[in-house]
Amino acid sequence: MSTVATPASTATASRQRGRGGSLGWMAVPALVLFTGFGVIPLIGVLALSFTSWDGLGEIQVSGFDSWRAVLADPGLPHALWVTFLVMALSWAFQTPLSILLGVFLAGQQRYRAVLSVLYFIPLLLSSAAIAITYKALLDPNFGLGAGLQIPLLVQDWLGEPVLAFGVVIFVVSWQFIPFHSLIYQGGVRQIPRSMYEAAELDGAGRIRKFFSITLPQLKYTVITSSTLMVVGSLTFFDLIFVLTAGGPGDATRVLALDMYKRGFQANLMGPASAIAVILVLVGLVLALLLRRIGGGSDSDSQLEGA
Amino acid sequence: MGTTLATRPKESAPKPHRHSRSTPVRHRNWLGGAAGWIWLVIVIVPIYWIVITSFKSQSTYYATNPLLPPGDPTLQNYALVIASDFPLYFLNSIIVTVGAVVPAVAVSFMASFAIVRGNSRFLKSVNSLFLMGLAIPLQATIIPIYLIIIRLSLYDSLLGMILPSIAFAIPLSVLVLSNFIRDIPKELFESMRLDGATEWGTLWRLALPLTRPAVVTVTIYNALTIWNGFLLPLILTQSPDKRTLPLALWSFQGQYSVNVPAVLASVLLTSLPILILYVFGRRQILSGLTAGFGK
Repeated sequence: MSTVATPASTATASRQRGRGGSLGWMAVPALVLFTGFGVIPLIGVLALSFTSWDGLGEIQVSGFDSWRAVLADPGLPHALWVTFLVMALSWAFQTPLSILLGVFLAGQQRYRAVLSVLYFIPLLLSSAAIAITYKALLDPNFGLGAGLQIPLLVQDWLGEPVLAFGVVIFVVSWQFIPFHSLIYQGGVRQIPRSMYEAAELDGAGRIRKFFSITLPQLKYTVITSSTLMVVGSLTFFDLIFVLTAGGPGDATRVLALDMYKRGFQANLMGPASAIAVILVLVGLVLALLLRRIGGGSDSDSQLEGA
Repeated sequence: MGTTLATRPKESAPKPHRHSRSTPVRHRNWLGGAAGWIWLVIVIVPIYWIVITSFKSQSTYYATNPLLPPGDPTLQNYALVIASDFPLYFLNSIIVTVGAVVPAVAVSFMASFAIVRGNSRFLKSVNSLFLMGLAIPLQATIIPIYLIIIRLSLYDSLLGMILPSIAFAIPLSVLVLSNFIRDIPKELFESMRLDGATEWGTLWRLALPLTRPAVVTVTIYNALTIWNGFLLPLILTQSPDKRTLPLALWSFQGQYSVNVPAVLASVLLTSLPILILYVFGRRQILSGLTAGFGK
């Protein structure tokens, strides 16, 4: 290691360099596996977007055909719009609630610890299980609303575009708010007590303290959590696939679902790969954008001025 | 997002200032309290409903208040689920999860150790490759993975699901593990070296014991992700006897969608192993779930 610069280290240094080389093999198994099923597929998806393939037969190079087909298809702007809406709305719904619950859970009272244990149960369940549960729960004929005979709850929840969309946002939040409130809980617990004491001396009230200490101090936590939410929202495949299968109509057909349907249901692997490339690009752009907002370095700046 | 991950260990370091409660309790947090209890209801009601309904017969389910526990609990739904080959799917899930998590954690640990201990150019680029891998969404690469698995003649086999699962577990595992290995004091490595230990011996006898909590965390996180995975089995298998639990749930639901109690019994039965683990290893699972995201 270059940091160990002890006087008697000329001999050691060369030995260490030698050993550094001999360490390389330990990384090889991981590298091979990741290259084979991560890097190559990533390059492959770009390559496949310039071919036509039905998933079974021969793969044929077809130039920009797939891209032309995809970009001319009104389905693409729609899928992009739906993806954006899911992202934006699930973020807007989850963030305030997660912060609120995170601040609440940060208190050290015993019952709050018990509550947090219960909150996290949804995180353990598979998206498929959650989607199936909600599908049954919301069924207009056999679901909870019908059984309780509450007219307000008896809606065709998954049959009306707007309602189905709302259900997707709600179920996503049901599944992931616990995770994000856990992140915020950690963030709140790192805010030094002294900052609150100073504010109290100045006579700040609870709400004032929240907005002038807690929230600004949570800046980097907000960025971390938002990055995970936003980038993660591109991957709500299982949940939406089982819950609505993109329907009713195309109301909840996000990019990932659009890719799946084109590729594995319509057997158009070329255009599906083009959608996948778009998905990767959207993810990268978002990650970079959020990084930029975060100001690049997010080491320990949370405690600036403490 | 790379650098924000895996800061857990520092949190537990003793910091006198932060030991005192950070949320003042003098004023009650009514809003937070209300949100807390309402959220509890929102979380618990569906789960409660799953549990009680799974013990109702189909006819009682339609005839009674859905939120009241059944008067005559029945196990017939569970019998139906078990008769629908769920033990086989359970076994498949176990094979895929164990078969993917053990090698994934092993190769990730070796790679992390090498990345932290060595400083060759090769290891540095391997590390940046894995960091980039954090940003790749699995589903975007599913079509080439499908092609590769077909070409390897692994389509419709458990191994075909295991290999991509390992690959996708590697980036985050390496990130978390190497952060923990980096925290081991340099002097310990040095004294191992003076004792004449090989790097391989140091990995086993020093690094592994000292980072055991991180290894457990990474193992749990990966196991949950793979156990609950839906896309790989959906794309890479065809025959019913290769299904894992989430996929089996989905097709069971398609088959028995009118029989709500049976569907819910299948949901409960397939989630039970994880819920039982949660009861016993809550702390580990929670830190595993966040895998060091807490900052």
